[in-house]
Amino acid sequence: MPTKSNRIIVTVIGADTVGIIANVSAVLAEARANIIDISQTTVREFFAMIMVADLEKAVVPFDELKRRLDAKGAEMGLRIDAQHEDVFKFMHRV
Amino acid sequence: MAIQFSPEEILETIRMVQMDNLDIRTITMGISLRNCADASLEAAGRKSYEKICRSAERLVAVGEEIEREYGVPIINKRVSVTPVALIAEASSSDNYVPFAEYLERAAATVGVNFLGGFSALVHKGMTPGDEALISSIPEALAVTERVCASINVATTRAGINMDAVARMGEIIVATAKRTADRDGIGCAKLVVFCNAVEDNPFMAGAFHGIGEPDCVINVGVSGPGVVANAVEAEPDADFGELASVIKRTAFKITRMGELVGRAASEKLGVPFGIVDLSLAPTPTPGDSVARVLQAMGLERVGTHGSTAALALLNDAVKKGGAMASSHVGGLSGAFIPVSEDAVMIDAAAEGAITFDKLEAMTCVCSVGLDMIAVPGDTPAATLAAIIADEAAIGMINRKTTAVRLIPAPGKKVGDVVSFGGLLGRAPVMAVHRESSEAFVARGGRIPAPLQALNN
Repeated sequence: MPTKSNRIIVTVIGADTVGIIANVSAVLAEARANIIDISQTTVREFFAMIMVADLEKAVVPFDELKRRLDAKGAEMGLRIDAQHEDVFKFMHRV
Repeated sequence: MAIQFSPEEILETIRMVQMDNLDIRTITMGISLRNCADASLEAAGRKSYEKICRSAERLVAVGEEIEREYGVPIINKRVSVTPVALIAEASSSDNYVPFAEYLERAAATVGVNFLGGFSALVHKGMTPGDEALISSIPEALAVTERVCASINVATTRAGINMDAVARMGEIIVATAKRTADRDGIGCAKLVVFCNAVEDNPFMAGAFHGIGEPDCVINVGVSGPGVVANAVEAEPDADFGELASVIKRTAFKITRMGELVGRAASEKLGVPFGIVDLSLAPTPTPGDSVARVLQAMGLERVGTHGSTAALALLNDAVKKGGAMASSHVGGLSGAFIPVSEDAVMIDAAAEGAITFDKLEAMTCVCSVGLDMIAVPGDTPAATLAAIIADEAAIGMINRKTTAVRLIPAPGKKVGDVVSFGGLLGRAPVMAVHRESSEAFVARGGRIPAPLQALNN
């Protein structure tokens, strides 16, 4: 069953530059999305940051947040995705 | 709370979607039209139009919402309905084209690109309504864009209705002629089945079976590109390991379908039917079933070994998928349409894959001779004989088989027909020139096989 949780997974993929975490965190903070966890990894030469955020108290609808992240990504030359955590839960957990 | 998933898992999902074309191929809403029958065909058409518009009003919007929420593309939103022959037969009309036009308008209104169910089930014989529907097919498919027709001419339990098979040969020719200005595109929306399934979400063969509820959501997943990558990453694996790799991949793909199906069912307030875990290729580079077979070590799909490779793939996909969903149904397996698979198109153009090899491969794949262009002057009896061969494979092997051939008007072997979009393009393939006329003309039924003494 799809869960009732409001958690999303934000993934940022691209070349490592200064201020990625700060910029993405700012977009989430503005939307009052609570960042629960952050992890970073590099896949070959690419930088990948993964954030888990809770939209329980968010003041911006998910669609709008997605648009803002997308715009921020375009500005910084990064690819930023936001997906409901159920996608990963369904695919990787039995 | 810590991240419940490893970065590798998250990136794997992202990679599948963004680089390997993993997508949900279709959310198909099945709608029963059984309460729309009327003595007036016009009234039946109107009632059906209204019921479809009412039931599927939010289908496209909900599909798009799910797409955004989960970040997984949902390529098609579609509708399937009760076989129209069953509904229209209550009327006195013997021309069902106006009914098809109502369906076309309904599809346009709710915003779906295909609507399946201009269908009849005639595996044992035809009623006047079945006859009227079949006669209406060439015109109905010419004057509509979105309506898809399918006819079931055989089952394992009933045998093959050779009168219907012969008739369908003629209907395919007539449909091609009627849409000759568009390379015979009408035939791309016409499927002739053996052992048709009632909950198939894939077009053109979808219809809403008579054992189904009033309204239901079925989901078709896809992802041949994901499987191809997984296989390409294991050049040295033996077949046991290879099957495991495919099973694991199919499991993940199907989980996505299960999630989307459940979410759609919940948001639309409509029961969830099945996930069809078929690998369905598209003309997009990389999104190819033939590529998976070549990744197993075949220089070109169609060469010796192709049938064995496809058998392994089809079975592993089913095994992996069956674990991932509570209700697996539809066709479930690997599709091998020619025009919709870029690698298959190349192999056909080079002559590496032939019509006869495709027929052999359909013994172990999930459907049949699909989206194959044949010369425009192919006689109706030859088309009928091809249908009979394919139906025999399905009947004896207790599986669904189908024929969707396009006798491309004015085209010869080596010419190319192009339908655009998901239907793709196809080089015209050679069929045997020797006549099957006297065989098809015998008529009657080929008896159902024994269900014992299997060998």
